[in-house]
Amino acid sequence: MKPLDPRLLRYARASRAYLAATVVLGVAQAVLIVVQATLLAHGIAAVFLDELSLDGLTPTLIALAAVTVGRAGLSWLQEAAAARSSASVKDELRGRLFARAAALGPGRVKTGEMIALVTRGLDALDAYFARYLPQLVLAALIPAVVLARLLPADLLATVTIVLTLPLIPVFMALVGLHTEAANRKQFRLLARLGHHFLDVVAGLATLKIFGRAAAQADNIRRVSAEQRRVTMRTLRIAFLSSLVLELLATLSVALVAVGIGLRLVDGKLDLATALLVLILAPEAYLPLRQVGAQYHAAAEGVAAAEEAFAILESPSPAAAPASAAGATGGAIRFEDVVVRYRERDALRLSATFEAGEFVALTGPSGCGKSTALNVLLGFAALEEGRVLVGGAELSASDLRERIAWVPQRPYLFAGTIRDNIALGAPADADVKAAARLAGAHHFIADMPAGYETVLGDDGAGLSAGQRQRLALARAFLRDAPIVLLDEPTANLDAATAEGVMAAIRRLAHGRTVLMAAHRPELIALAGRVLDLTPVGAQ
Amino acid sequence: MTYLRLLRPGFWVAVLAGALAAGCAVGLMATSAWLISRAALHPPVLHLMVAIVAVRAFGVGRGALRYLERLFGHDAALRALGSLRVRVFRHLARVAPAGLAGFRRADLAQRLAADVDAVLDLLTRVLLPYAVAIVVGAGSVLLIGAMSPIAGLTLAGGILLVGVGVPLLQARAARRADGRLAPLRGELATGAADLLHGLPDLIAYGAAADRLDRLARVGAELRAAERRSSVMAGLAAAVTTLATGLSVLVGLAAGAVAVRSGDLKGELLAVVVLTPLAVFETVGTLPAAAQRFAACRAAMRRLTEVLATVSPVSEPAAVALPAGPHTLELAGVGAAWVPGRPVLHDLDLTLAPGDRVALVGPSGSGKSTVAALLVRFLDPTAGRITMDGVDLRDIPSDRVRQIVGYLPEDAYLFDSTIAANLRIARPDATGDELREVLAQARLRDWVDGLPRGLETAVGEHGMELSGGERRRLALARALLAGFEVLILDEPTEHLDDETAAALTRDLLAAAGDRTVLLITHRLGIAAEVDRVVTLGEPAIAPLRAADAEPLHA
Repeated sequence: MKPLDPRLLRYARASRAYLAATVVLGVAQAVLIVVQATLLAHGIAAVFLDELSLDGLTPTLIALAAVTVGRAGLSWLQEAAAARSSASVKDELRGRLFARAAALGPGRVKTGEMIALVTRGLDALDAYFARYLPQLVLAALIPAVVLARLLPADLLATVTIVLTLPLIPVFMALVGLHTEAANRKQFRLLARLGHHFLDVVAGLATLKIFGRAAAQADNIRRVSAEQRRVTMRTLRIAFLSSLVLELLATLSVALVAVGIGLRLVDGKLDLATALLVLILAPEAYLPLRQVGAQYHAAAEGVAAAEEAFAILESPSPAAAPASAAGATGGAIRFEDVVVRYRERDALRLSATFEAGEFVALTGPSGCGKSTALNVLLGFAALEEGRVLVGGAELSASDLRERIAWVPQRPYLFAGTIRDNIALGAPADADVKAAARLAGAHHFIADMPAGYETVLGDDGAGLSAGQRQRLALARAFLRDAPIVLLDEPTANLDAATAEGVMAAIRRLAHGRTVLMAAHRPELIALAGRVLDLTPVGAQ
Repeated sequence: MTYLRLLRPGFWVAVLAGALAAGCAVGLMATSAWLISRAALHPPVLHLMVAIVAVRAFGVGRGALRYLERLFGHDAALRALGSLRVRVFRHLARVAPAGLAGFRRADLAQRLAADVDAVLDLLTRVLLPYAVAIVVGAGSVLLIGAMSPIAGLTLAGGILLVGVGVPLLQARAARRADGRLAPLRGELATGAADLLHGLPDLIAYGAAADRLDRLARVGAELRAAERRSSVMAGLAAAVTTLATGLSVLVGLAAGAVAVRSGDLKGELLAVVVLTPLAVFETVGTLPAAAQRFAACRAAMRRLTEVLATVSPVSEPAAVALPAGPHTLELAGVGAAWVPGRPVLHDLDLTLAPGDRVALVGPSGSGKSTVAALLVRFLDPTAGRITMDGVDLRDIPSDRVRQIVGYLPEDAYLFDSTIAANLRIARPDATGDELREVLAQARLRDWVDGLPRGLETAVGEHGMELSGGERRRLALARALLAGFEVLILDEPTEHLDDETAAALTRDLLAAAGDRTVLLITHRLGIAAEVDRVVTLGEPAIAPLRAADAEPLHA
């Protein structure tokens, strides 16, 4: 893991200002630590050896109080700044991710993972910004400032610290390399076990049907015990790293303390200086040790950021050909079109669809019916060949403007029925007229809030037939010259399918229609049938 | 709190080691401070030897003891995790699926796995730091208090402030922030899901840019709300710094007075003043631990909810049944998954040996409920079900399920191999027996054609297989179990009508002379069965599908 990914500064501008603020706050914190230590050392020495009274100590106490308040204020500022910039960085990354997902088009990002990333995943950056990054800055600043103060006070202690301090990052890197591999292995094991548990819980009813539930409990116990043994084996080594680090830090402090103690006895050092060294020595090691402790929080944040960068940097689909503007309607021509999916031919097609024609695309599942429609929508990239509309090669967006699409399972958005029908339509579009044509008006009017009824997640509460009618209403409202239908009556019972087919007949009037179809009664609607079954696959 | 039972002896060893480790840190500072003060008086070096040795010992001891603390702590936590997993699973196995009908199926399993894992955090990152801090804090307060009561009291106050006060403040701030942020987060999540799931529709209809604008507005609102909450973020760090500084300050002032009045030896002043620095290094971790506790508590609350569910069926002692073949009879049966929301009314149905009966009706009419009743996932709320005249409620549910098998609409396939999925039904089945049932389910040629054959992985939820293959594999598994009565729930989704019909024909053929209850929505099934029983309109429409349906098999 890189301590700081430069891409974070590039993709999230808010992080730059924050980094600058952290450095300024870090310097101020380091200075106050040194001032506090100096005040304490001199105060103790004065009371102990110079027999200073409480009155004489008052200025020191006031200064100490001021330093304490100052340090508290600085740590508050630091965390508040972290929270603020984290909020901005997350918002910036989210915005970029959404835009990227939309630019890449369907099927290019894993939906579930992306939703997890933009909702909870990016929140891991909070800890990264609030804990890890400032700690990293402090780890560089505080030892430097502390050593600068110690150097004129006591050379020997300074040298001791200068010699041992670099060992910490060196050891951290050494054991880090080992533990990172071990941690990854460990994480995979945990994930596998969690997955296994999930699997058996999800399939519990099946296990009960076959009388295997009790046996699985023993299995879970056995696997858990095995997991514990393997985990402990890795942890015994992984924890060695922190053992070495703790030993280095505390032992160095102990050595410094004993050293200055002995030189005090010999009179080579005064008490105030000795106390200053004693207070500051642990402060020099502390931030470096804490960087290690924040590794976990940092790793999660970095993983989330890297996941985001991977999506942001994924290659764009091949650029669409330049648009030859002007062509509006006309025939659709597939010229030697080849589409590959997972290294298999998903479609091979040469065909012409005349303007105003209603063509049913048939053939077994996987023969490329939907792929042919996806080519027109720009969702599938051409491996070979080209598609002409009205004799011209159009860009994906120009082509889409001429298309109304009714997918097998239309997606319905959280929002009102009106908004769902008016998808992509101008604000003054006649939603009701489109709904009437699609045969959707009656059931919408029967709903408590009519067209203003708010739908649940992905149209929860609507039947498959109602969804399909809403999608048809969308298509009517779009009033496009080309209509693409993808098995519009799949999952519908016969009576509902009948109503949907009547609406399709109305929609097809005066438009070029391509319909992927399976059911005979649906195919019967078309004026022509094009069988896409590959040659030799019968 | 029942979760305290999870604490093993190993945990207390970890607490002891941790307390000694933190004690070493405090001891290192205290002894060093005394050593240096004493040295300033130029005594013979010999008089310092004990302190010098102690300082070095503390320096070594801290790292070693901390290592032991972590090792024992994690071992104890992993043991607790194992037994909690088993406990939760045993409970679920008792009540599933009907006892869990009140839970949303989709997130139950997911949540459960994550919530059980939270116990690891609870033990190693919440309870352990607190236990260690209590021991070390108390010891340090006594040590300092013995030298300067005022300094001791201040230290105690500081520790309480950081360990108890800050977490309480933090929790309040978090609650207030959540109240503001949660709705916006929810809106953002819905918007993100809409954008990504509906991307094809959005792009096809040229509405993606509009969606992005809307999401950007929600995002900006969320950012603004998060920034408003940032004021509270630095509270813990600021108060900890303040408490440390104050303890040191009061220590110096009170120590100075005590030294002047002769109540405190001058060489102990540095000990009184500087020891709190080391104490707060340990105590300062508590606010973070408390924050983690909030997350763990939410997980435990959800687990408790699940563990509080009760089994909807009684489990009587073993009963003597005739050898079979068995006759099942339902008389005036009514049932409900959730009390007060009946889904089935007054059903009469007899299944004699070898009968083939189709159960038809619209969705929501309780067809799957009949299946759940017959395998005793559920007991009737009215009427009576008998097997050879014995009330089903008097037969242990496991015994019932040895006779009656159920192939649900979306039968579950485990993320394992084809063979392992089949052997759920009969662990000792031979490869030939597996091939035999695969042949009956018309899947044998397909399996034989696979490069890895029976050892082919089916993927999560069987996703590597097609809908038809999944279905046939589940059928083969049900056949392998050798149930005398088989209930088959016909799949309606994800399969086209033709495939579904072909499957049903194969299904009936493979069932041989078993008693078969076929649950279907196709009215044209009459020709293929002996009898058709029709269920009426749903009594009360379910509010949402997820509420009405149990955890699926």
